[in-house]
Amino acid sequence: MDYSDLRRQAAYMKKSLFDQGYLDEQFYQLEDLQDDVSPNFVEEVVTLFFKDSSRLLSNIEQALEKNSPDFQKLDSLTHQFKGSTSSIGALKVKHECTLLREYCNKENLDGCFRTFQKVKREHAILRQKLEAYFQLLRQIGPAEGASRPVI
Amino acid sequence: MQMESSSASSRVESFPIGLRVLVVDDDLTWLKILEKMLRKCSYDVTTCCKARAALDLLRERKDRFDIVISDVNMPDMDGFKLLEHVGLEMDLPVIMMSVDGETSRVMKGVQHGACDYLLKPIRMKELRNIWQHVYRKRIHEVKDMEFHDINDDINILRSGFENFDDRLFMTTSEMISLRKRKDMDTRDFSDQDLYDSATVKKARVVWSVELHQKFVNAVDQIGFDKVGPKKILDLMNVPGLTRENIASHLQKYRMYLCRIQKQHEARDFTGNKQPDHSPEDHSVSLGIRNPRTSHQNSGGHKSQNIQGLEMIDDFQESELNKQDFLPVKDKKEDIHSRKANNSPQLHLEAMLPHSDHKQVYPSISKQKGWHESVLLRQFMQYPKHDHEPFSLLEDHSHPTQTQEPLLSISSNEKEGTKFDIKPSVANHKDRHTKIISTAAYEDDSVSTQVEHVNSKVFGATYEHNKLVGSKEQHYDQSRVHDLIPPSIYLNTKNEVDLIALPEDLNLPYLQGIGCVENVGYNGMELHHYNSCASLAELQNNWYDEIELNCEYWYDPLEYPFLDECLFA
Repeated sequence: MDYSDLRRQAAYMKKSLFDQGYLDEQFYQLEDLQDDVSPNFVEEVVTLFFKDSSRLLSNIEQALEKNSPDFQKLDSLTHQFKGSTSSIGALKVKHECTLLREYCNKENLDGCFRTFQKVKREHAILRQKLEAYFQLLRQIGPAEGASRPVI
Repeated sequence: MQMESSSASSRVESFPIGLRVLVVDDDLTWLKILEKMLRKCSYDVTTCCKARAALDLLRERKDRFDIVISDVNMPDMDGFKLLEHVGLEMDLPVIMMSVDGETSRVMKGVQHGACDYLLKPIRMKELRNIWQHVYRKRIHEVKDMEFHDINDDINILRSGFENFDDRLFMTTSEMISLRKRKDMDTRDFSDQDLYDSATVKKARVVWSVELHQKFVNAVDQIGFDKVGPKKILDLMNVPGLTRENIASHLQKYRMYLCRIQKQHEARDFTGNKQPDHSPEDHSVSLGIRNPRTSHQNSGGHKSQNIQGLEMIDDFQESELNKQDFLPVKDKKEDIHSRKANNSPQLHLEAMLPHSDHKQVYPSISKQKGWHESVLLRQFMQYPKHDHEPFSLLEDHSHPTQTQEPLLSISSNEKEGTKFDIKPSVANHKDRHTKIISTAAYEDDSVSTQVEHVNSKVFGATYEHNKLVGSKEQHYDQSRVHDLIPPSIYLNTKNEVDLIALPEDLNLPYLQGIGCVENVGYNGMELHHYNSCASLAELQNNWYDEIELNCEYWYDPLEYPFLDECLFA
């Protein structure tokens, strides 16, 4: 009883992540990859993503904070980060990355700064939301929740 | 990370399962996802997050991987650079991937030799299909090998076949497996080695990235259309480099460009696009059917070509003919008995891919034009009991022992074009003819007869040698509805076996010329592919067409002649 409530709650959380544009189809792809061999695959991937992307974010930040930022380098780093966001389907973060790259190409430092803050914020929000989601899944129990119902 | 690679032979059998994939991506998340996806595809995955490390890994054991998937943007080395190295040093197929789908980037990847360019997020269905690049590459390798060292390859393939007595059902993939098996046999195999033995055996040129760049620059400067080895050599001005080196590399480069260009239409291959088709063959094959039918035995190999196997025509009759004679799966027993040289049998050739092929080349049915006309044919052989039966398999496995072709077939097309098939028509035609002749000539009393059925065309004349004739029914695919054009190659062992078919067989043409009693029509098997009409329908249409043409066919003047040639 309690579990079905939690499950419903988790499902709702996930749905709202999609509805609000935080996640895209790629997240389902990850869920599809989850199997008996790696029952926590999605969570593992998401954890890895946040660990790795934090590093990438700080790289961008460092590049931005230089006195005369190398836009090409900045673009390349952002590109790298963007590639990473596509791995879990972090739609909003990815979108901000695209904007950031546009500012890089225009060599618009102001725009870069502003957009980078947005990137960071979206990244943080998503992290928070996903952490809550996975915590809920862990309460439900192993081998439940994260995967889509088998059709 | 790396799975123990399965034993060579099992890998060969199960291709593409166990395909050895090296994934290079600096993004750890993607690396993890890709690894999982590829594992789910039953591939043997090795991951690497550093381009340099990947390159070292590849250099260390270049035969350890079948394909490389690499990200474009990597901090330690540009993915394009890696791609170039891998392409030139290991000659492995490389798939590039990036989140960036800008045309210029994709173009750059292709220019640098990527066999594919995937956009992140990569879907599993895309990865499931990557084996095709390995497969395609091997096809090209076989082709290269044939081109450079035909005899060698024949031997390899022949010995391969000897080892494969039980594997009668030969598919293109198995041809490739064979190829692969050879690779396994020689353990140390690598493309480099392959080229070493295959190309000019003189001074070997290592085409470094720089040298290749020089070469590409020279080609660009001259202009691709006007380019020639001599010009490139002059422009490059590299000491020690010979015209032959350049020519060989240019050929490879052209093939590569061609491959890239045709990548998307690769599955729609038609023979017309094949570089190794002689121009005569084109003209001949397009309008006039006889040459095609005269190729009968090698037609299989031709259609294989069309499917994309792209084997060089002039190569391995033996193998291909074996392949031709390896029919439908459930006819295995039949094959065995044939191999044992038993009583009269019906031999069928399915020119078209069996279901396996269907999967491999789903677009095969899209093939247009004349190629289809030989996609299906039947082969019948009626050895006489008390004779020493001749073995087609054996004949074809020893092409060197074949007699010179004596068969000469000519027919008058409606247009009045007289067309003679003589052994000299074209090089590979010659060979095809030879094969037929071989089969036919094995016994003095073999009769063959070539007939040509075109919806409009009639009045074939038959030239024959006293020993030989061949009988072939041929349909023009384009004119006869949507049918697979059946063509029958009837090969009778002995005139004694030539007995008229019962009337109810409704085979006017056969009745006319006499046929074999103990082989009912039902005994024949039509093997056709999924897209074509049902068998019954096919037959109906087929015979309708024949009946329509009967009047032309049994030209009173011609008829006695037919008799004569068959029963003489």
